[in-house]
Amino acid sequence: MVAPILPLTLSAAIVKRQGRRLIGPVDCTIEAAGTTIVMGPNGSGKTTLLRLMHGLERAREGRVAWAVDEPATRAHQAYVFQTPIMMRRSVVECIAYPLLTHGTGRREARARAEEWAARVGLGDALGRMATVLSGGEKQKLALARALIRRPQVLFLDEPCANLDGRATREIESILAEARADGVRIVMSTHDMGQARRLADDVLFLLNGRIHEAAMAWPFFAEPATPEARAFLKGDIVE
Amino acid sequence: MNDILAGLVEAGRLVVTLDPDLIEITLRSLQVTVTATVIAAAIGLPFGAWLAVNRFRHRRATIAVMNALMGLPPVVVGLIVYILLSRSGPFGVFGLLFTPAAMIIAQVIIITPLIASISHQAIRDLWAEYHDLLISLNTTKRQRIHALLWDGRRALLTAALAGFGRAIGEVGAIMIVGGNIDHATRVLTTAIALETGKGNFALALALGFVLIALAILVNFLIHGLSRTESESRW
Repeated sequence: MVAPILPLTLSAAIVKRQGRRLIGPVDCTIEAAGTTIVMGPNGSGKTTLLRLMHGLERAREGRVAWAVDEPATRAHQAYVFQTPIMMRRSVVECIAYPLLTHGTGRREARARAEEWAARVGLGDALGRMATVLSGGEKQKLALARALIRRPQVLFLDEPCANLDGRATREIESILAEARADGVRIVMSTHDMGQARRLADDVLFLLNGRIHEAAMAWPFFAEPATPEARAFLKGDIVE
Repeated sequence: MNDILAGLVEAGRLVVTLDPDLIEITLRSLQVTVTATVIAAAIGLPFGAWLAVNRFRHRRATIAVMNALMGLPPVVVGLIVYILLSRSGPFGVFGLLFTPAAMIIAQVIIITPLIASISHQAIRDLWAEYHDLLISLNTTKRQRIHALLWDGRRALLTAALAGFGRAIGEVGAIMIVGGNIDHATRVLTTAIALETGKGNFALALALGFVLIALAILVNFLIHGLSRTESESRW
C-alpha cells in the first residue's frame, strides 16, 4: 500500500529568478481528490506555480510541503508539459521509459506500454518515432507516459493548447478516466469551456499571486473578485 | 598532373593486385586507428555527456581547456608520449615504444578531446531539450547520462567519426612513437611520408588515394550499419 502524498501545502511560497519575483507569496492546499484548474491571463504565473508544486522550481522563500517527505513524493507525481518533450525513440519505448527507470523489467514495461498506447489511441503507432507524431498524438503519448506509473498527482500545463476540438476531446476523455481511477489532477488552461467541463475547484492567478481560490461552480457562476469576473467575461485583465 | 594520374593508376594497380605490403599497412592503419577511436570514444563520449549534465566549480574552464585541446599539435603529443615511453621514461619498463600500442596511445590523446568536445556540444543541446522531462521522471544522474548518450547516438557517431578521421590521417605523432618500422609500425600515413621523402610520388599518391578511399568507406559502412539515413531516424 503506497502512502498518500497529498495534501500538498504551499505556505507563502515565492519563486524568484535572477532576483525577479515570478510568483508569490502563494498559499494554497491541494487536497486528495478532484481536479483543480489553474486559470489566469498570460504571465500570471500558471506554469511557474505548477512547476513549483511538481518540484521543477524551488521556492526561494516559504514552503512547499507534501504529506510525506519530498523525495518520496517524486515517484508518485507526473507532469505533462505544454509542448510535449519527445525522446528520440519509438512510441512504445517512450511510454515504457518511466517504468524502465524505476526497475520494471523490459518485457513487462513493454507490455504495459503497449496497453497504455492502445488506451490513448496510439496502438497502431507503436513502432513510429515519437518525434514525427502530430501535436495531438504527442500529447496523448505524453499523457500515457505520465500515467503509466499510476501517479497519485498529475500536473498538466495547458495540455490542449494548439490542439483541435477532436484532439482536445480525446485528451479530456483520458483525463476523465484518470480522474475516475483516483488520479488527482492539477491543470492550467486558457480554455474557459474546458475549465468548466473539468474543474472541481479553481485557482485564479493574477500577477503571480492566487487572486481567487474557489470551488468551480460558484467561481464560474459568481466570481468573488472584479478581476475574475472580467477574465471570465473575456475582458483583458492585467 | 601526370604525377596525380600516375598515382591513380598505381593506386588501382595496388588494389587490384592485392599488393601484400599495401594490405599489411592498410590493416595496421585500421587496427591502430579503430582501436584508438574505440578507446577515445569510451572516454570522450561519457565525459562529454557528464560535462553537459553536471554543474560544478570550474566547469567553464574545464570546457575551455577541453576545446583548446582539440587543437593539440600531434608532434608535441608524439614527443611527450615518446619521452614517457622511452627506456628512461616513467613507463619505459613496459617496452611500448615503437609498437602499435604506442601509436594507439598517442592517437587516443590526440582525438579524445575532439570526441569529448563534439559530444559535449551535441549532448548539451539534447540535455536542454530533455532536462525538464528527465528531472520530472525522477531519473538518477546515471540514467540521465545513459538516456542522453542513447538518444544522441547519431550525433555521437559523428563525433566518433570525426575522431576516426583525425586519427587515420595523423602522421606526426605516430611517426615519432612508432618509428615507421617496416612490417612493424608502418601505416598508410607514415608510408606516404616515407615515399614522398624518397621522391616516389606516384606510390605516395597511390597510398594517399587508398587512405582517402578507406576513410570514406569506413564512414559509409558505419552510417550504413547504424541506418542513420533511414526514415524518421535523424
